[in-house]
Order: sequence, then C-alpha cells, then structure tokens
Amino acid sequence: MADALVIAAHGSHLNPGSSTPTYNHADRIREAGTFAEVREAFWKEEPHFREVLRVLDSDEAYVVPLFISEGYFTEQVIPRELRLQDWTPDAWASDGVSATAATFQAGDVDTQVHYCGPVGTHDAMSQVIAHRADTVLDDRAGDDVGMVVVGHGTERNENSAKAVQYHADQIRQQDRFAQVEALFMDEEPEVEDLTEHVHTKDIVVVPLFVADGYHTQEDIPEDIGLTDDYRKGYDVPATVDGRRVWYTGAVGTDPLVADVILERVRDAK
Amino acid sequence: MTAPLFERLRTHAADGGIDTDELSLTVTEGTYRLSVAGDEHAGLDEDELQAVLAEYPDYLEEWGFWQTRAPQAPARWAFLRWVEEADDAAPPARRRALVDGVSQTWGQLHLTVRLDEEARRTYTLRHVDDADTPDERLDAHTDPLDARWIAKHDDDGRYRPLKTAPTLQTGWHFSGLNAAAAVQTIDLFYPATIANRYREQHGDLDVTHWAETTERQTGIYAVTEELEGEAVDWVAEACCEDSQCLKRREWDEDEDRELSVPRGDGRFPCREPCSLVIAAARKWTMLEREEEQAYTLHLTPSEKEQLETLLRAVAEGTAGTVREADVREGANRYRTRFLRAKRTDQHGRLDADDE
Repeated sequence: MADALVIAAHGSHLNPGSSTPTYNHADRIREAGTFAEVREAFWKEEPHFREVLRVLDSDEAYVVPLFISEGYFTEQVIPRELRLQDWTPDAWASDGVSATAATFQAGDVDTQVHYCGPVGTHDAMSQVIAHRADTVLDDRAGDDVGMVVVGHGTERNENSAKAVQYHADQIRQQDRFAQVEALFMDEEPEVEDLTEHVHTKDIVVVPLFVADGYHTQEDIPEDIGLTDDYRKGYDVPATVDGRRVWYTGAVGTDPLVADVILERVRDAK
Repeated sequence: MTAPLFERLRTHAADGGIDTDELSLTVTEGTYRLSVAGDEHAGLDEDELQAVLAEYPDYLEEWGFWQTRAPQAPARWAFLRWVEEADDAAPPARRRALVDGVSQTWGQLHLTVRLDEEARRTYTLRHVDDADTPDERLDAHTDPLDARWIAKHDDDGRYRPLKTAPTLQTGWHFSGLNAAAAVQTIDLFYPATIANRYREQHGDLDVTHWAETTERQTGIYAVTEELEGEAVDWVAEACCEDSQCLKRREWDEDEDRELSVPRGDGRFPCREPCSLVIAAARKWTMLEREEEQAYTLHLTPSEKEQLETLLRAVAEGTAGTVREADVREGANRYRTRFLRAKRTDQHGRLDADDE
C-alpha cells in the first residue's frame, strides 16, 4: 500500500476560513498524485488529530504540521493526540527551527507515522515569503524596498520568534531587499513601530501566519496604521508616516506552501 | 461473463480459494470444485467451470464487485455491505433490488445505490430532507472533495464547527459515485464515523471517558479536569443530545459512573468528548468556580414563566422563529423588550438585591 499524507492544522470553531488554506494545499498535492491518500486533520475541526489515522488505508503516513513554529502544538498537542508511541521532542533533535522528521508507531492503529517538522520552519519557506513580497509589489515600488516578516511572537515560546528571525536572516542574505526585519505582534521589536524599524520609502510587510484571520486581517493592519478600522479596508500600498506600505495576506495561504509540505516529506524519506 | 472477470476468479481460487456470497471455489491440481447457490460441482476442468458459472451470472458479478472493485479496507467494505443489506440477500435477489435502488440513512445523509445501464453499482448522495427532491432542483456534484465545503455552513449560511451537528445544509446531490467515492464523500461529511461504527460492531471501539479526556488536556484546557460529577451531566445535556449532535454518546464520566443524559439514537458512536465540548467545558469550568449568591428579584408569575420560555427558546434555537407580532410568545422580541424595559436598568442589569 502506498503512503498517506496528513496535513495537521489548527482549524477553528469560529472562523470558517481557517481550514481553507489547508484544504487548498491538500487539493494541490492530490492533483500531483504523489500519495495514495491525502487527508486534512485538525485540532478544532474534523477529522480531529485524534481520529485521522483510523480513516487512512495506508500502513505508512507522513504527518506534516501546517504550523509556523516548533512549540506547544508540534511538540505536545499533535504527538499526544495522534498517540505517537514514545514521542519526545528530543526525537527531532532540533535547535528550535531545524526539526526534520522522526518515525513512531501510533497507539490506536497499525500505522507507522513519520512525524515531520512544521511547514513554517522549513528552509523553502523563505522563498515563499520572498515570493509573497514580490507578488504584491508593482512598478510603483522603487529599488529601495524594505521587507518585514511579521510573526505573532510570544514570550512563552522562544521558538515562535526564532522561526520569523530565521527566515528574515535567510532573505537578508539574498540581497533582494534594501533592508529585512523581523517584527512581532506580542513581543519586541513590535510591528506597530514599523516605520521606526524600517528606513526605506517602500516597505513590504509579509505576515508569517498559516491562515488569514483576526491577526492578519484586523490586528496587524490596524497596528501598522494601514487603517484605523479594519472594516473600512486599506489601500495597497497604503501611506504610513510618509512611506508606502505594501501588505500581503498570510503567507500560509500561498499555493507554494503545498511545495513546502512536499519538501517536508522528501526530507523525511 | 467477461474473460477478465473469469481470470480474476481463477486467480483468487488458486490463491487460497474463494468462499463468499454462496460461491465457493477451490482448485486442486487443475481440477475445480465449485459450490454455487447450494449446487455442488466437483471435478471441473477450466472449460467446464466456465460453462457452469455462465449459469450463475449474478453470483459471479457479485463476487467481482465485492472482492475486486469495492474498497477492500474492512470498515468501508462493511459499510457498503450494510448500505444494501448485502448479507441478508443472495446475489440474484440483491441485484434485482439494486435495479430499483436501495437507500440508507447515515446521519442526515441519504445514500442510494443502484445498478446503472451497464449493470454496475452507482451511488448517489443527498440530504435526507431532499430524498424526494428531483435532481434538477438540487446543485449537482460529482467530486467527493466538494463535501468539505458543503459541510461548512448550514441552510442559513452559518458556520458549522461540528460536522455531526444536525444542521447539514440541503439543496445538493452527488451522483455517479463509485463505491470508493461514495464512502470517501460520506467520510468527508462525517469524518471517522464509518471507522468508529466498524470498531464498535467488532467490540473494539476505544472509548475515552470524560475524566481521562480532561486529564489529557494541557494549556488553556487543562482546567477542564476540575469539572466533575453533576456538571459533566450538564455538559452532555448541553452539547451531546440528539438535537445538538447526531453521534451516539458512548463515553461517561468514567467507567464507573454513567451520565444521566440520554446517549442519543445515532447510528454512529461518539467515543470521547470532542474539541467543541472541551472548549465549551473550559468556559464552564471557569464559571463553575464562582460562588452562588442569593438575589431577591421581583417578578410576576407571567414574567417568571417568560424567563423560562426565553431560556428554552435560546437553548433550543427557536428564538428566531417567533413571529414578529406574536406577543403571546414569551420569546417574542417586543415581549422581551418590554420585560427588559421594566426589569433592568440602563445597563441591562436585572433589578435584583443581593441578600
């Protein structure tokens, strides 16, 4: 029996759009026909992580978390709910952004699970972030563009910020942008001080989030000053403190993320 | 009988023999022993076997479908057998019934299987309330993956966070599904219900009771472990009755204490408190930490009755159905605004005294 792919995402009890990127990435991968089965699984929707393995036919499953960073969900919730036997975060031997994959037996079915690192920390994600920036910029932007990767950030998990900084570092090394910064919603340096941290006339802002929702559609546009009320919408580019700010949607919705998921599986083989 | 089907039959006979649906076939040193529809035929060579089988086309076709074309995963296979009650009818009677079509209900899904013009099984699926609605009045679908989008919203366009809530939208149908696509579609509407029903029928449903489920929680849900005893009954009454979820609750507080709430009549089981229940229970855990206080609240008997009616209307989701001018109904908007005007202050607080 050929292998199964499970894309493990958060989902939502309140926001119907939360699962949409997960479905879209799964559909792109299904079209490629690489796997005998591709299944979405969720923490807040169904099939739940807890029951996804039993709906698969395959003896082997690759589970790729559609999460931004290593942390609570990838290290505790998903392995526990999948019932990965003998799981420990040490199995990934990760420095916080370098998890690849480790193999476990599931507790409720005879499936061998290759548990992969999250999509958000894969090297290839840097390219997706940069691509996201390129697609929103047009001829009006000059050569002098600053680029900002925005993460949630949380004092409770240092890996949350590490993933954002990691990609900002990668993109900086490419010399594609005049300046590259990692800014955060809930820790320093904060995205609401955008124009203090970035000195270029044009600034492209890419939120490193899995799906569009409150944070990317309401909080960040208001924090940056694209609008004083998200319900009124905002221009792209919008003018903030005399700069032109080009704001993209959540990077996780980009179709290229499907390729990053596949990269995760390739790394696990 | 088609040549490929006969060849597949011979291969299976050579590879451990066949014994299914009143058809058994073994081969020993090139000689076949066939039992079909209760008739015994021994010492057949290949040509004789083919000639005898030609007299029992339904048996051969049924073998071909169930052993080679239907999904072989045990839960899905068993589900498809159940759909047409295949174990209760011999192949000829079964196929006669399939000409007209055989239907079953799974949650709010109405599934029909029939033989098409090429005598192959084809499955159609629609909402049970649309069982008699002509196809042309329904949105047509053929891709199982569409089920994910249909399942997202109810008939009023509201998001459905719980797939097995009895609020599946109407107005659609899937047609031309083969057996694998039919079970895939159902599993996308109601994930894992086929797998869990199969486990239950085989006595190995892995039920995780309330205590164990809440003990497993971490992070913001770790507090749910505090909720125990009668409060767990209230949780199940709030979330798990048939009016709220079509799964049949098989979990209790723990192995030793059954909840007092009806389990429900659903065909497929609920094996542990779901994420929606846990998220709601987190809120109730916080609320249940509060100490009770006594209030003195002055109400007329009709006002007390109206408050009870309002509770019932919101809990049953019927508040929105009360007619605009039907002030006889306690949950009528004008009636409720009058009560609010009379009994609450400018902040909407009840005019009650702490004792």
